[in-house]
Amino acid sequence: MTQRYTMPIAKTNCFRDFQASQNISSDRQFLADQAFKHHVPLLVKLSLLGALILIFLVSFALGRYPVNPVELVMGIFNHFLEPAFVADNLEAAKIDRVIFNIRLPRILCVMLVGAGLAVAGSAYQGMFRNPLVSPDLLGASAGASLGACLALLVGAPSWMVPAGAFTGGILAVTLAVWFGRMVRHDPTLSLVLGGILVSTLFQAGMSLVKYMADATEKLPAITFWLMGSFSSINDRDFLAVVIPFICGFVILMLQSWKLNVLSFGDEEARSLGVNTRQTRLLTISAATLLTALSVAIAGVVGWIGLVVPHLARAIVGPNYHLLLPTAILTGAGFLLIVDDLARLLTTVEIPIGILTAILGVPFFIVIFRRNMKGWG
Amino acid sequence: MTLLKVGDLVCGYHRMEVVHGVSFTVRHAEFVCMIGANGCGKTTVLKTILGLLKPFSGSVMVDDQETTSLSERELAKRFAYIPQAHTPPFPFSVSDVVMLGRTPYVNRLSRVSSSDRQIAYGALMQLGIEQLAQRTYTHLSGGQQQLVLIARALTQQPDILVMDEPTASLDFGNQQTVLSRMRSLVKAGTSVLMVTHDPSHAFYCADRVLVMHEGRLIGDGSPGEVITGERMHTIYGTKVEIIQITTRSGKQESVCVPLP
Repeated sequence: MTQRYTMPIAKTNCFRDFQASQNISSDRQFLADQAFKHHVPLLVKLSLLGALILIFLVSFALGRYPVNPVELVMGIFNHFLEPAFVADNLEAAKIDRVIFNIRLPRILCVMLVGAGLAVAGSAYQGMFRNPLVSPDLLGASAGASLGACLALLVGAPSWMVPAGAFTGGILAVTLAVWFGRMVRHDPTLSLVLGGILVSTLFQAGMSLVKYMADATEKLPAITFWLMGSFSSINDRDFLAVVIPFICGFVILMLQSWKLNVLSFGDEEARSLGVNTRQTRLLTISAATLLTALSVAIAGVVGWIGLVVPHLARAIVGPNYHLLLPTAILTGAGFLLIVDDLARLLTTVEIPIGILTAILGVPFFIVIFRRNMKGWG
Repeated sequence: MTLLKVGDLVCGYHRMEVVHGVSFTVRHAEFVCMIGANGCGKTTVLKTILGLLKPFSGSVMVDDQETTSLSERELAKRFAYIPQAHTPPFPFSVSDVVMLGRTPYVNRLSRVSSSDRQIAYGALMQLGIEQLAQRTYTHLSGGQQQLVLIARALTQQPDILVMDEPTASLDFGNQQTVLSRMRSLVKAGTSVLMVTHDPSHAFYCADRVLVMHEGRLIGDGSPGEVITGERMHTIYGTKVEIIQITTRSGKQESVCVPLP
């Protein structure tokens, strides 16, 4: 009788076996690296950064009180190296105040808001798998507006207005997420529905506030605030928001990989090993933080969160590892240009929300036409 | 060797029971096809195996381990899901899509190592589509997209590939391309569990066929013994004839032909 031997089979894995059978050479390493590298030339990256720095510097010189480049350089030089001279010299003190007390905080805040809205918009567009989504989808703007309007209505001290806006924004999105939970349907669809419900509710609240507001004093203040403006920004505002803004950026950038996966849909993402519920909550929290902060310091600035992600995608493609940093640079630069225009175009400053909408429309058409291919 | 063991699985959506107790196994390097009419619970079984749905009762064991005790990440190292090719809203490159297969392995900072790139490139080579790496996924044909999704699944280095009607939206030529690539993957040691519409596909590539009808298994065995005219009539409600043919190269093939 012949004895049969059975080979013990070790824990097998289809693909590892294939890998082991291949002679992995340095040649193949090179090919693999070539195939998976990202084609964003260094020149593109540098010119993005260079353009932002240029806009940043030019923005200092522009405004009601023009500061020419020589004065700008001298002013910066004096501020850091010759504070005694600045204190004594009246002209130097004036330039110093314009540069450091008025323009610097404003420029920095504009950049934060532009970058924040752009990053939040990029994250939402991937998460909701829809290129037409903006960061106020879940009611962040509606909530923030109602919060600010209430503060203006009751005549609260001025610091309460941004605080009210921030609280309102967070509250609205929390409600939207909670509504979405109650629907128990496809998770992203439920969220969108929650957002629509909450926005409707809060807009109704806002109409009520406007209706009750005193028409000579408070109604104009509310209306003007809703149009968005950076004109009353000071350095304290900037210091109050800079750290939360950076937290929002860091959280979303750490989610880059998972946002890529989520762009392929909830079930696929889960089968690839992503805890989609946790990722969605983290993304919504960070994006809401950015949006609510933006509305709190600048009022409602529309379109940036919708348009800039497309601009960034046109430059570096949809991979979030590249998209989010690019959205930060382009968002900051874009809003800075718009704010410069708001300051310069007419003698009275134009509310920035109006300009972003007017500029956003043609801009969007151009990018959309160029990028439509491949969107299916 | 048994890789996947599904025991008396009862599952469905919310409170609606769709599958009333199915048991089967998938062995190492085995191509298992599941056929059945629309709505009979094939996809529900797949989703439950993948951990996307919670089973009402019964068990799914992979390598003698309950899948309910595994995290998403661990599950993704065991099963790779290949959906029907579809278009994501943004034009990701093929290399981006394939690299997503490394999701269960990358660390918190998501740095891709050179061994990750090697593995992903190996998957492209195994399917013969390495020249597509730098193309835009959304610009590819349906058949190429499907191959890219298979490459992504291989990049996951799973124990089993799970496919839900991967050829449903492909033309005749692309269906054959995808199926023949799948067949060579199984020859190289992969295990596959595939839901398909077409009994002829099961003849073409399956080692074993599971026939589902109204939430139960009514057949489990080799294609020749399981796909009979009578059974096909039960599940599809249409008369069919199974025809044995000998191709010009002398190979025996079976096809399932619907009768008018």
